[in-house]
Amino acid sequence: MKDFLFVFRNDSLSQPKGSPEEMQAMTKKWMDWIGGIAAQNKLVDRGNRLDGAGKVVRPNNVITDGPYSEIKELIGGYTLVKANSLEEAAALAKGCPILTIGGNVEVREISVM
Amino acid sequence: MEQQELIPHLFRTEYRKITAVLCKLFGISHIEIAEDIASDTFLLASELWGVRGLPENPTAWLYTAAKNKAKDYFKHNAIFNEKIKQEIKRSSSDISEIEIDLSDKNITDSQLQMLFAICNPSIQAEAQIGLALRILCGFGINEIADAFLTNKETINKRLFRAKEKLRVENVKIEFPPETEIHNRLETVLTTLYLLYNEGYYSSSQDVSLRKDLCLEAMRLTHLLLENKITNKPTVNALLSLMCFHSSRFEARTNQQGETVLYHDQDTSLWNKELIDKGEYFLNLASNGTKLSKYHIEAGIAYWHTHREDIAEKWDNILLLYNELLFIEYSPIAALNRTYALAMANGKEEAIIEAEKLNLKDYHLYHLLLGELYTGLNNIKAISHFEIALKLSKSTADKNIISTKIIKCGGKPAE
Repeated sequence: MKDFLFVFRNDSLSQPKGSPEEMQAMTKKWMDWIGGIAAQNKLVDRGNRLDGAGKVVRPNNVITDGPYSEIKELIGGYTLVKANSLEEAAALAKGCPILTIGGNVEVREISVM
Repeated sequence: MEQQELIPHLFRTEYRKITAVLCKLFGISHIEIAEDIASDTFLLASELWGVRGLPENPTAWLYTAAKNKAKDYFKHNAIFNEKIKQEIKRSSSDISEIEIDLSDKNITDSQLQMLFAICNPSIQAEAQIGLALRILCGFGINEIADAFLTNKETINKRLFRAKEKLRVENVKIEFPPETEIHNRLETVLTTLYLLYNEGYYSSSQDVSLRKDLCLEAMRLTHLLLENKITNKPTVNALLSLMCFHSSRFEARTNQQGETVLYHDQDTSLWNKELIDKGEYFLNLASNGTKLSKYHIEAGIAYWHTHREDIAEKWDNILLLYNELLFIEYSPIAALNRTYALAMANGKEEAIIEAEKLNLKDYHLYHLLLGELYTGLNNIKAISHFEIALKLSKSTADKNIISTKIIKCGGKPAE
């Protein structure tokens, strides 16, 4: 089995600002989805969410706030899974709750250094 | 207590203490000598007590006899003398009079240190459990063989090899240094957890033997809590888990010795005192910063002490199974998680998830799918139950599965 990275992307502006109950329901969906991958013994690391605040460091000591000013799709988090092929890894991503709120999952094979 | 009952009783409680103390004194490579002296002491007791009647204080009598036997051994065995005196020399200044300390404190310390010695990563888990049962719990070889559903010879060989390994590795009977406690404790807890499960989930028909295994695992875990160095949150979590499980002991088998499933159990037989104890230790377990699998399993077991299937219960159990799988995958956790998913989110979702699990050679996988299909599609349910029946090994499991087939309208198994 090979390792794959799931990168979760969503448009920060279109993100719903839900009630605590809605947020809790969303958390449960995420937990159940990742739990399902873990139950197939295909989870490597559940990963983390990324905080909205960030900075981008560029050549010549240029540091900007961001990255949201430049790209519409903000990276919101990541998870590491294992699968036999890129197709199988992509199939695992199908149930991701981010898809129900307009986001997407980028699936990338990890090439070990 | 009559003499016929007293000696086996004392054997169970005192043999392990005498063995641990002597073994601690002699060193792990002479573990058999310690066992022999302890056994001979009981042999002498059964001979003499039968003729002369019971001594006033049988335990004290045993300790004195064991001390004398040990001293005799020193006198009459020159080789032993040379080798062991050198070992003892390190801890005792006067080798002419070896002190055999059977005080409560030394007994407890020796047993704990033996526990660490036996739960050595160099020995296979099964052998660790066997050794713990023999040396720390005073179980007979026959009982250990029954618990593992195997024969005396296999167990003897297993224990012999394990003792050899302890000798070769020159394992010391001592508390691990403070810096290593965490790692070493993990191995000890794994062994105690397996020892408990051996009793709780064993397919051995001997209910009282299985219960004894669980009680011994709890006693040894409690021993760890009595010592400041080893009284850690994870140990409390493990004992909490054991208490919650044990609370259903009386309810999970009927008068005929058959298994009664959770949902069919008479809750008035659940042991309230053990449930309270479980909650007590779970509270103590929450003092740490690390969430171990024992914490999570204790949490799951806690929710199982609530019989009503309220939404909160199954949402929590599902969440905890998810967490458990994040820490460590196991087929059982994956199957139980899928059952919790059915209870929390509905059977349809759980069936889709269950079919993704790659556990098709496992009877419990088909038992789960049969369970999920029951009421939705009884024909599919029956076909899964039939595969489960073929794959299962124990009579208790086969009986449960057969009942389920009949309930679904299927034909009883041949």
